Amino acid sequence: MLDFVSTRREVLKTGGQLLVSFTLAERACAALAQSSARKKTVASDEVDGFLSIDADGQVTIYTGKVDLGTGLPTALTQIVAEELDLPLDRVKLIQGDTALTPDQGPTWGSISIQIGGMRIRQAAATARKALAEIAAERLGVPTTELRIENGMITGHGRSVSYAELVGGGTFSLKIDNNAPTKNPSTYSVVGKSVARLDIPEKATGRFSYMHDFRVPGMLHGRVVRPLAIGARLESVDESSVNGVPGFLKVVREGNFLGVVATTEWGAIQASRKLRATWSDWKGLPERAHLWEHVRTTKINSDLVTSNVGDSGRALSGSPKRISATYDFATQTHGSIGPSCAVVKIDEGRLTCWSASQATHRLRRQLAAMMDVPLDAVHCLYIEGSGCYGRNGHEDAAGDAALLSRAMGGRPVRVQWMRADEHGWDPKSPPVLVDLRAGVDEEGKIIAWESEFFVPEEGLGPVPLIAATLAGMSAQPITEPYRYNIPNIMTANSAIPYTFPNIRTVAHLLAETPFRWSWIRSPGRLQNTFANECFVDELAAFAGADPLDFRLGHLNDPRGAELLARLAALAKWEKRPSPRKGVKGDVVTGRGISYVKFDLARTYVGAVAEIEVDRRTGEVRVERFLVVHDCGQLINPDGVANQIEGNIIQTVSRTLKEEILFDRSAVTSLHWATYPILTFPEVPEVIIELIDRPNEKPWGAGEPAATIVPSAISNAVFDALGVRLRSVPFTPAKVLAAIEGN
Amino acid sequence: MPTSVSLDVNGRAVTIEVDDSGVPLLYALRDNLELKGPRFGCGLGQCGACAVLLDGEPVFSCETPLAKVANKKIVTLEGLGSPEQPSPVQQAFIDEQAAQCGYCLNGMIIHATALLAKTKSPTVPQIKKALADNLCRCGTHLRIIRAVQRAARNA
Repeated sequence: MLDFVSTRREVLKTGGQLLVSFTLAERACAALAQSSARKKTVASDEVDGFLSIDADGQVTIYTGKVDLGTGLPTALTQIVAEELDLPLDRVKLIQGDTALTPDQGPTWGSISIQIGGMRIRQAAATARKALAEIAAERLGVPTTELRIENGMITGHGRSVSYAELVGGGTFSLKIDNNAPTKNPSTYSVVGKSVARLDIPEKATGRFSYMHDFRVPGMLHGRVVRPLAIGARLESVDESSVNGVPGFLKVVREGNFLGVVATTEWGAIQASRKLRATWSDWKGLPERAHLWEHVRTTKINSDLVTSNVGDSGRALSGSPKRISATYDFATQTHGSIGPSCAVVKIDEGRLTCWSASQATHRLRRQLAAMMDVPLDAVHCLYIEGSGCYGRNGHEDAAGDAALLSRAMGGRPVRVQWMRADEHGWDPKSPPVLVDLRAGVDEEGKIIAWESEFFVPEEGLGPVPLIAATLAGMSAQPITEPYRYNIPNIMTANSAIPYTFPNIRTVAHLLAETPFRWSWIRSPGRLQNTFANECFVDELAAFAGADPLDFRLGHLNDPRGAELLARLAALAKWEKRPSPRKGVKGDVVTGRGISYVKFDLARTYVGAVAEIEVDRRTGEVRVERFLVVHDCGQLINPDGVANQIEGNIIQTVSRTLKEEILFDRSAVTSLHWATYPILTFPEVPEVIIELIDRPNEKPWGAGEPAATIVPSAISNAVFDALGVRLRSVPFTPAKVLAAIEGN
Repeated sequence: MPTSVSLDVNGRAVTIEVDDSGVPLLYALRDNLELKGPRFGCGLGQCGACAVLLDGEPVFSCETPLAKVANKKIVTLEGLGSPEQPSPVQQAFIDEQAAQCGYCLNGMIIHATALLAKTKSPTVPQIKKALADNLCRCGTHLRIIRAVQRAARNA
């Protein structure tokens, strides 16, 4: 899991014992009125890090987790409005500003509500408790006899408002992990499908995305990337851009090349016309032999992710054995709006506006690259196009920093073109999985073994392209976090099933062909694909109904309940796959898949209904039926929106997506060569949400993605008796699988 | 040489200065007129984020030369409505919560508006076909289809 824990000692020291007495709070509040000019704290253990109440009683949330297109601000607003008993319009939100918001780690891993939001809930609960205690003192009424409503605390007929208690000041309180939160049975806002706060402006063109951001005197930059990933810049013919209207400068630092112009179109024209020569470089593997390359890549170490019984002995003693190899292609983020950033440098102080999912981390990276103190860098978040992981925003910020510096610090806006995004954003790594199982004489599965070929680590800062090309600081940047699953691509390599002998091993590879990062559900997506297909292979081998087979090996009541509800939702007819009596060229099938995300949280089960044309090899996904349990729901419609997005985006990744490349560079540089799912291809999605108001809220931004490839593959098997073990399931691969059968 | 170009945008006659008359309409709208509805997505006419209505027909402004829009009526997302007074299609998108990041919404609403102007009660396949050239990466398609259906019902 992408949880992080601050390693700063003072935080660890204070965590958990933060009950603050009323007198201290009162003194702090009194002192505060005079100290409003004081710099706002961004400490993640302070109430003031996350919340303020101004003189009018307006509450502001300061969140280090940002909206990547998920509607997070609406959900966080609900959480705080609920804890403080305020109407939604009395709560506003500031996100991802390194001068104002705590460093809660990157916005990733489906933990923005689960961890980030719960931190903010606890800050609000601490604030509520302190406000009640101060009010009790002021009103002369015990806290147990106070009523809190609409930002007013009332007791014995007298009232005092939040604004009167702390308005304009600070709390000066550590977050109290024991401060009582509201009983979910009293919720009025949490658990409701509150309408997203941002959609009216987005639907009418008033919303300002990062791409719309302008500052006075701003110039426009474009980058000119090497023709081959590792190529050296040999020469630049600056005369080639003479006469381009608005053109100002060619900026060259090492292998970094860019242009700056007064107008955006001028910058685009200059970047297209600039003549440069690059050295030859052919460091990528041959695409046709990618999987041999992955298999023979140096292994740094092995990580055993689960080990039950003695799988080696059980397997070698098994009368019957089954094995299979699965692979999952390298893919791109593919945000509809390419990365964009603006940087200015004023008297040594660098200001960066970007849609980075990790502004605090970007701040450290920019400080290192520009060789300036951390205090001299300020990063602000502005929402961009949908972000599904570490894409190119940080790199665009690095580009803008170099171009701004070359222009004497003037603000420069860098907008990546489509080819920059498709060609140079960090990719998901190619993943290869070997699986083996042993079956005894009675048909029982007695051993499960798997090996995952995945790159090591991967949650640290992805090097900025500008820094790499310009040969600038590559020094490691100390991060104030540690990660619960540092080797993220190994997540969900272990299985939720209870076979008597299990051994799952990840081979942590020393390298992977492309600069890589996490793209929605990293590791869990690829590994669940292999695991849930192979479970289906075992069910078919045993002649068992695939849903029954899973239930028979599941010792998890919550998971079993989910599968039972899925069976009802999908009107699941018990029978083994493949189906019998199939006729015709176009055949329908159904496939099931199940996941417990990170084997620790959100449960998802799904049934895919597909049709496959055996003449063309085309797979068409007709319908997905999904049951989803992420504990307490903050905003049910927001969760449903995320599930729909997960399913549709991952159907796209499963059926279509694979980057193309030659030995030098990515060659799929636009939507014609890297197609994604279009409207006519989109399946229907039926969702049943399980709400558990008294449980913790878990993540919903990724888990439903994980079950998609396996549900489709299992459905194709149900239709044709043919296994698809290589994502994407292109028509060519489907035809080859039919042929090979 | 800077030249003046006259445009009819959202019902207003405007004159802009450009130093290259070959500039695509998208940049004139975004950079000269500071409109935020039309969005840059690919610059290749492949994704639809930049769509505007030109005499009522949806076009990709990223590949429409400024020279080709003289004497034509250009309508952008802003020209359809505002948060205070959204158009029926915009209102339907709001009612259906048909957005995740919302970056593609411009193209969706522009194309849906053009569709509904001609086809009062489109079927789902007709809606899908009308929006087939508009890409959405977040996977909001189903809500967008529902929004177009709702707009048709409310018309």
